[in-house]
Amino acid sequence: MEYAVTIDKLSKDFGRFRAVDEISLTVQKGEIFGFLGANGAGKTTAIRMLCGLLLPTSGLGTVNGFDIFKESEKIKKSIGYMSQKFSLYSDLTGRENLEFYGSIYHIPNGRLKERIAELARNLDIEEFIDRKAESLPTGWRQRLALAASLLHRPPILFLDEPTGGVDPVFRRRFWEILYRLADEGVTLFVTTHYMDEAEFCRRISIMHRGRIVEIGNPQELIKKHHQPDLQELFINLISKSEQNV
Amino acid sequence: MNLVEVTNLSKSYGVMKAVDDFNLTAIKGEILALVGPDGAGKTSIFRAICGLITLDSGEIKVSGFNVATEFDRIKPHLGYMPQSFSLYPDLSVEENLYFYAGLFGLNRAQFQEKKKRLYEFSGLGQFYDRRAGALSGGMKQKLALSCALIHDPQVLMLDEPTTGVDPLSRRQFWDILKDLRRGGSGIVVSTPYMDEVALSDRAIFIFGGRKLAEGTPAELAGIFRGKAYRVAVDPTFNCMEQLCRIDGLQARRFGSTVHIYTKENDALENYYPALAEIGIKPEIITPIQPELEDTFIQLMGK
Repeated sequence: MEYAVTIDKLSKDFGRFRAVDEISLTVQKGEIFGFLGANGAGKTTAIRMLCGLLLPTSGLGTVNGFDIFKESEKIKKSIGYMSQKFSLYSDLTGRENLEFYGSIYHIPNGRLKERIAELARNLDIEEFIDRKAESLPTGWRQRLALAASLLHRPPILFLDEPTGGVDPVFRRRFWEILYRLADEGVTLFVTTHYMDEAEFCRRISIMHRGRIVEIGNPQELIKKHHQPDLQELFINLISKSEQNV
Repeated sequence: MNLVEVTNLSKSYGVMKAVDDFNLTAIKGEILALVGPDGAGKTSIFRAICGLITLDSGEIKVSGFNVATEFDRIKPHLGYMPQSFSLYPDLSVEENLYFYAGLFGLNRAQFQEKKKRLYEFSGLGQFYDRRAGALSGGMKQKLALSCALIHDPQVLMLDEPTTGVDPLSRRQFWDILKDLRRGGSGIVVSTPYMDEVALSDRAIFIFGGRKLAEGTPAELAGIFRGKAYRVAVDPTFNCMEQLCRIDGLQARRFGSTVHIYTKENDALENYYPALAEIGIKPEIITPIQPELEDTFIQLMGK
């Protein structure tokens, strides 16, 4: 079996505070993995380590086969990353934003134009790609940001709360796009607070206070803990974990 | 008496009509939810009620006073929690509360008394000296709510208070709202979560600055036209594509199953042959009550 992500007892300390505490997990290639957790549980810190933006304190980890301690530059080139705070330049149009990001990845001009046209079709952004980013509603800017993260055809995409504050209709359309990407073989590593989205993931992990308290297939976890749905499962597990602290 | 009365409110920014002839009434002891896509006009409506923008036309009354002409008399009755975190990140939890208490003219004794009660319901007491900027998302929202409550307002305006908040913190936040409702407050809250709409007494669906529908959660779910069914199949990309190709039928992923929808005056039986072709037999199809989200999506016409 081929893995896009493997981590083993990964930890990160900030001074005396342990933000991520010996987490272990693997993500298969082409899998949609839901990385869930309470606010402040350490999800963003973990993702930053996986993206090569932050050096772990201890443990082991690989992304696309590259070591997260020693090969962070290779990791950065081989992943896509989209955060909740989409970083688009508001004075530029969608297309200009994409051209700018493409040049950062040193994509030759001709190929970049083709890739942008292709993404515009696939991500359904053609109708607004030439409008200034600032005038677009969140759901549209979100799709532009997704396009920017896909320009260099990364085999894995990290999405940190990509749908925060987006209404149900836009959220569904966004997930249809994610499903299509997964179908094309892209691995998706997603954090979300929407439990209906978490159910779209093949596997999830639930994090609290730096630790992973549960990991597995959503339906199997619901059955295992005798909960009616994922929302109740999450509340139940975090409340229990809270009492054990 | 109506706590908030919005009559024929319109507001444009340049050529864009943000709010278009909108009406709303909020009453004592009720949670009213505003639901709509981005750019539907929710935040403009909140700002108008809180006297932060001028209206193009229409009238707004809060606790019987006109927002345009008597805003000073409204302030003591109104608590507003804006969408973005607006507290001082460098001040501690308690300093933020004290600052708000000062704004609303509470003296020291009143503040001590009020602080005790706010800590009780929010659970923030143990973090009283932590910088607000260092709080988790859920705690920040509880602090912002506490600040909005410092002067015991009759009306609480909460603009997407639980966006980006984890499910447990969200549950705790709504437990607080239910307590406040029991205490007689009128609460107007905007939210992108359908489960929160279900917890409200009444909800308004907004799109393009206009009201699409209004009612109790049950009434809104009942507006759905046509029939809904659950299909016990794995919602793979392939399966969804095949379903969407069947003319006249709509299909959506719903967790680990698929929901399909027929139009009004149409019968599912008409689709049995097409469904059988992609391996879906009638035995795995069960009729279901349409959910709020189904109505919302149908009303939006997408």
